[in-house]
Amino acid sequence: MNTASAPSVPNPLAGAMTTGAISIRNVTKVYDPGGVNVLAVEDCSLEIAPGEVCMIVGPSGCGKTTLLNAIAGFHSITSGQIDLDGEMLCGPSKPLADQGADRVVVFQNGALFPWKTLVDNVAYGPVVQGTMTKTEARDKAVEMLVEAGLSNVAGKYPGEVSSGMARRAEIVRALINNPKVLLLDEPYRAMDGLTKSIMHESLLEVYDRTKVTIFFITHDLEEAIFLGDRVIVMTTRPARTKKIVDVKIERPRDYRLLSSEEFRVLVEETKEAVHEEAVKAFEAGERELA
Amino acid sequence: MSDQGVTGQGPSGLYLFFYKTKKSLKTPMPYLAFVGIGLWLLTYFLLNEYWKVFPFYKLPGPVEVVTEWISSDPIWGTSLFTEDYYINIWVSCRRIFFSFVLATGLGVPLGLFMGWSRKFKDYTFPVLETLRPIPILAWVPLAIVMFAGFETPIIFLATLASFFVTALNTMLGVESIDESYFRAAGCLGSKRRHVFIHVVVPGSLPFIFTGLQISIGVGWFSLVAAEMISGDFGLGYMIMASYMVNKYTTMVMAMLTLGFVGWITSAMVRAAGNRMMQWREKALGQGGA
Repeated sequence: MNTASAPSVPNPLAGAMTTGAISIRNVTKVYDPGGVNVLAVEDCSLEIAPGEVCMIVGPSGCGKTTLLNAIAGFHSITSGQIDLDGEMLCGPSKPLADQGADRVVVFQNGALFPWKTLVDNVAYGPVVQGTMTKTEARDKAVEMLVEAGLSNVAGKYPGEVSSGMARRAEIVRALINNPKVLLLDEPYRAMDGLTKSIMHESLLEVYDRTKVTIFFITHDLEEAIFLGDRVIVMTTRPARTKKIVDVKIERPRDYRLLSSEEFRVLVEETKEAVHEEAVKAFEAGERELA
Repeated sequence: MSDQGVTGQGPSGLYLFFYKTKKSLKTPMPYLAFVGIGLWLLTYFLLNEYWKVFPFYKLPGPVEVVTEWISSDPIWGTSLFTEDYYINIWVSCRRIFFSFVLATGLGVPLGLFMGWSRKFKDYTFPVLETLRPIPILAWVPLAIVMFAGFETPIIFLATLASFFVTALNTMLGVESIDESYFRAAGCLGSKRRHVFIHVVVPGSLPFIFTGLQISIGVGWFSLVAAEMISGDFGLGYMIMASYMVNKYTTMVMAMLTLGFVGWITSAMVRAAGNRMMQWREKALGQGGA
């Protein structure tokens, strides 16, 4: 249960998966805004098995998103290496990973193109990659949107639908590319509890169907335990893995789980670790300001 | 699978137009517009013809202007019933059309590339910023030296003014696009040209159309200024020519016509913008962002 670098993942379905293994080794990221070096991530190592749901929790601004940006190819790393299925994404010789549809990001505030309908948003990936014609992609998109319960709104623009529906469509837009990894950056942060629980169930449904590796950043511990195979608690900046919580709860999971003793114990255990770091982060923040 | 059944179900086409017209008549907007114009005319009348307040009594009065305007036998030679009135409107509109098309055709691509490529901006922005503050009137002599005839220098001047506004707004439009759309496009496997077509262009449209509305207004300013200085026809020429021979009634008529035609052209640009940005209209209609 404690900090371990080489985890054995208790996911019974993981054995079936062959792609989507992320290996983060000794990654360090230094930002230098205005000449002042800020160490965002320091010597962070993490192995994520194919088909694992890996939840990353930690205090605000601790460097979780930095890690996600490095995997997605939005930001470079300063040292260390990140591999996907044994192939280097970024490392000493190539600090910035190429962006690619094998690692699709679902963004915190949503990034469906507001000028395209949901169908065209979903069809976008295969069309620009040249893997499908426009007609094929749109047909496939409609099919997948119907599957996700979005048939009524498929022809609408993102601005016309609720945030929950938009986020669900964004996940469909990612999945149509058959990505190896789904990178989610607090996708349900701004949602109310009820919508959130619907989103969780639909994500679990998607996961049970696709078994895609999920790298999920969140502040919500219950969300983390409910969805994850493992919960990685990060330290306050610079981010390192502080504690890894294995969630050995069988899938498929549903909402009855939330009131079980097993669940509450795990939440408590995680909360303790996170709270410690949150206090440190808060105090560090105060000192900086004073 | 087809799109039928997944697209929106509300009224469409002509029905939508009727529905919208009917709905807008229920709002105070059209009535307030009438009241506004009425109040303005009344004030004009009172100051000018009734109380004869200085300096307003020096103007031709509203009754006088309107009578002349709708007279089939105008005292000063120009009204709704004479050919030269329409020739002047037509000539100005034609010039505006050419200069607007030119300014948009040059300004939008330039702005898009400036916003999209840091390097391109570094090359071009200083030049643009140096030329932009030079008033159109200062360009008049140069335009006359450079181009022969009446038409080309006038179109050049109107184009120039519109061009800067369009280019600058377009550039700001690209810069206003949220970074996450670029990232989303990137991680969905886009090449650079896809990002340009699917993110840069549609994402900057709201700013582009704001710019185009200003640009067509600026186009009218500079067109009229140019026509006043060198011209043979056009509303600006009509204003100046009437002034030269003390036909003040005709002059005010030309000014009001200019305002009205200018308003119509802006409305056309606005309508084109709304048509091209249905995603925005619909989101706004729902009370969204």
